Amino acid sequence: MAESTLKIGTTEVPKENRLGLKAAEYQGGRSTLCAGCGHDAISNQIVRAFYEMSVKPEMVAKFSGIGCSSKTPAYFLSRAHGFNAVHGRMPAIATGAILANHHLRGIGVSGDGDTASIGLGQFMHMIRRNIPMIYIVENNGVYGLTKGQFSATADEGSKLKTGVINDLPPMDLCALAVQLGCGFVARGFAGDPKQMVNILKAALAHNGLAFIDAISPCVTFNNHDGSTKSYTYAKEHDELLHQIGFVPSYEQIEVDYEPGQVKEVTMHDGSRIVLKKIEDDYDPSDATNALVRLKKAEIEGQMLTGLVYLQPEKKSFIDLLHLTDEPLNTLPLERTRPPREALDKIMLDLM
Amino acid sequence: MPEPQTATAVLEPVRSGGEPIVNDCTIHVATVNGSGSQSSNNVLMRSIFQMGVPVSGKNMFPSNIAGLPTWFTIRANKDGWIGRKKEVDILVCMNPQTGREDVAALPPGAICIYDAPLSLKSVRNDVIFFEIPFAKLATALSDDSRLRKLLTNMIYVGVIAELMGIERDEILAAINKQFKGKKKAIDPNVAAIDKGIEFARANLPKQNLWRIERMNATAGKIVVDGNAAAAIGAMFGGVTVVTWYPITPSSSLCESLIEYLRHHRVDKDGKATFAVAQAEDELAAVGMVLGAGWAGARSMTATAGPGISLMAEFIGLGYFAELPGVVWDIQRVGPSTGLPTRTAQGDINQVAYLSHGDTQHIVLIPSSVSECFDFAIEALDLAEEFQTPVFVLSDLDLGMNNWMSDPFKYPEKPIRRGKVLTKARLEELKGDWGRYRDIDGDGIPWRTLPGTDHPMASYFTRGSGHDANARYSERPQDYKTLVDRLAKKIETAKLFVPKPVVDSRDGARIGFIAFGTTDYAIEESRHQLRSEHGIETSYLRLRALPLTAELKSFVAAHDRVYVVEQNRDGQMGDIIKLEVGADQQKIRKILHYTGLPCDARTITDAVLQMEATTEHPEPLLLIRADAHAGDAPAAGIPGTASPRVED
Repeated sequence: MAESTLKIGTTEVPKENRLGLKAAEYQGGRSTLCAGCGHDAISNQIVRAFYEMSVKPEMVAKFSGIGCSSKTPAYFLSRAHGFNAVHGRMPAIATGAILANHHLRGIGVSGDGDTASIGLGQFMHMIRRNIPMIYIVENNGVYGLTKGQFSATADEGSKLKTGVINDLPPMDLCALAVQLGCGFVARGFAGDPKQMVNILKAALAHNGLAFIDAISPCVTFNNHDGSTKSYTYAKEHDELLHQIGFVPSYEQIEVDYEPGQVKEVTMHDGSRIVLKKIEDDYDPSDATNALVRLKKAEIEGQMLTGLVYLQPEKKSFIDLLHLTDEPLNTLPLERTRPPREALDKIMLDLM
Repeated sequence: MPEPQTATAVLEPVRSGGEPIVNDCTIHVATVNGSGSQSSNNVLMRSIFQMGVPVSGKNMFPSNIAGLPTWFTIRANKDGWIGRKKEVDILVCMNPQTGREDVAALPPGAICIYDAPLSLKSVRNDVIFFEIPFAKLATALSDDSRLRKLLTNMIYVGVIAELMGIERDEILAAINKQFKGKKKAIDPNVAAIDKGIEFARANLPKQNLWRIERMNATAGKIVVDGNAAAAIGAMFGGVTVVTWYPITPSSSLCESLIEYLRHHRVDKDGKATFAVAQAEDELAAVGMVLGAGWAGARSMTATAGPGISLMAEFIGLGYFAELPGVVWDIQRVGPSTGLPTRTAQGDINQVAYLSHGDTQHIVLIPSSVSECFDFAIEALDLAEEFQTPVFVLSDLDLGMNNWMSDPFKYPEKPIRRGKVLTKARLEELKGDWGRYRDIDGDGIPWRTLPGTDHPMASYFTRGSGHDANARYSERPQDYKTLVDRLAKKIETAKLFVPKPVVDSRDGARIGFIAFGTTDYAIEESRHQLRSEHGIETSYLRLRALPLTAELKSFVAAHDRVYVVEQNRDGQMGDIIKLEVGADQQKIRKILHYTGLPCDARTITDAVLQMEATTEHPEPLLLIRADAHAGDAPAAGIPGTASPRVED
């Protein structure tokens, strides 16, 4: 497996972040998932990314649907409000909440069952609206909480513990997201925390929906031979598009690489995503190419990871609505109740 | 310019006494959907309104864009009875598909104005026919065949105006309003009106049956549909997040709201103080409403019965997780391929208990456009105060038809935002709070909004699996404590929801209970019972669920109580029976469920029929519905109710 991250600047994690908060203040409750679950590894990287990016936890809103993955918002950022919604409908709850207060930093955690089946419609429409938040699918190919049925992302030919073979084609959520115009599409692997944390940081810098398909093996129901979502299989088939580095807006680091070796993308907030080429021609700003590459990966049995597609300029739903700068939820009455003359005028028009 | 005479007018002798009926008539216009008759009908209705005569207009339209039959009924009544009346006085037949049927349904002595090619005058000899060569008259108006078709409808307005004495100036004023002062649209329409007036004047004998004369009962009134009224209310109620999925008959509520918000809620810098999302379905629409309510917005959506069905799961979450949000249900006949463009009050049970487990909801039920305005604000307040989904039950008749009303009053009171702990309050409490603690003993806990800048502000929201501090719990006692507190919240709500409007008359032995648009028919029926039969009645008009204390005392004070509603099973009647306990033997149901609005005569007939079989002064003789099915007046015929008496 190739190196997935680019070393940039200091690797030392400071004891306090720029808000003066300690990493412990980004922790959540104790996980009740199975020991070794990929989801916990992802939660750890969420804690780290939010801590290192100095995101104020009180300004974060955590959302989830139903399933093992959807339990995880209770296991990170206890100082943020959390909302465990109904199955497949996290996008609607999150959309409403972000509309009510667009200063919130939203993070939604869903699973492959929650998103690719019951929640597929809401997932797709949330992408279309480009709600500014992070949407992670912790993808293990099975329904864990109901004890191991195939999900819609299970690969054709993959095998359940009981020996049942999946004979339906998988849904590639990254391809779907690209097709629907998502401005940030990435795939990571729970077993590669360094890559995951950089993807998360980049996602935090994105003004729009940042979709992350996180391959996250289920140690209880889908980690055996014949599974294509096991730790072993994922490690053997992980195909990196590039090494990912991230430079926050407040760090003045010059990235020193040979010309042509590195591609830099400046994000909305001034931070930079630094991609070091592994595949010569991969350009994450080219949607057509992204779709072709994803299809090729599916045909060749590769688990393609990295930043699949990036279009930081796309307008978010909040931009399109021309929302006032203050959050809607706390606007004073004089801003939300038109004056007496307005009603008089309306009444006159109806006379 | 005089037209060659082509119409054959037949004028029957006027009614005995020869005196015309003034300001009391029903005009029924039958056209083809999509032929553009809506503006003509509005102009006709408005011009009567402008002459000071109380009037209503009801559009009975098909689920179709163009081609199917549609009807518009205008009722003018000097005494203000503007609910639906079954009997038509003046029929305008423009639709070959329904002409014969429409004429056959007329009472003897009615007037029928028809398009010449329909040749209707042979159908009956007890109806007065006026044949009008509309196509021919329209020829001179425009070279454009499409425009000619539209203007044809304006010609019948001119004909009616001339026949009934509606003033031309008022018609012109109504046209000016309808076409928003646009000269290009106004001129040809005025020409069409004049064409109709001229033709009638030159070719039709004067009719002296029904006349419209100027009076002064509409000065200062507005005309508006219930959906627009709700939209105006919501805007002045400070709504900030609106989501919707198009469904008849609710779509125009959100469409009006969007229009009003764009006009009145965009700051000078072009920034909006509201967000609107057209959702992918009703599940998403209500999910967004609840997410927004959770985060502290005043949020609402509007839908109809099938949409409510789709919202069931989320509403359960909203109830148990205590999330504010307002859902308007503009009731109609269901399902989607039912009669989506016809009215009903059939969602009572669905809305009162929507979802899984022990759920009960706050439901507001407006009867008028002014209550649509008021309850739009009240619902947003109650949702935030009680931290629960609140429904508003309107219907197609109220929502999509035009109603006269006094102008809405500017809300003087500030909005009520409920129990929200701010950063300052959390500091005072030193962070010691619990999301689901019943601190005040009213069942309503305190909440914080996401984004509150205090390290102790956050909590985790999930359905019912939590303790008073919002910690995950599956302990039996925690669950029971939660659902018992939620029941207490509904008890508290009984003190705060709009109270019923009670009109108790001295000596009245029988009472009516109704709600929503049935109100218009009830009030007129009470008038009929009093003036025609000397029967005095009391009336309680419900305005909300849960039911409040006034209901029990009303039922207790009367011998027999007729619950009148527009559904087959008497859904509200059953809820009332449960509420009044032993007094339930007094409850009788009158049910109107044809898809058309309930009318007064149907109620009056049903009461008389049921009263006739009641031994006086003993309160009750039990009649079973099935035993009397054959006795019901005109049971099963569209436009009439099947009164059913139940034990």
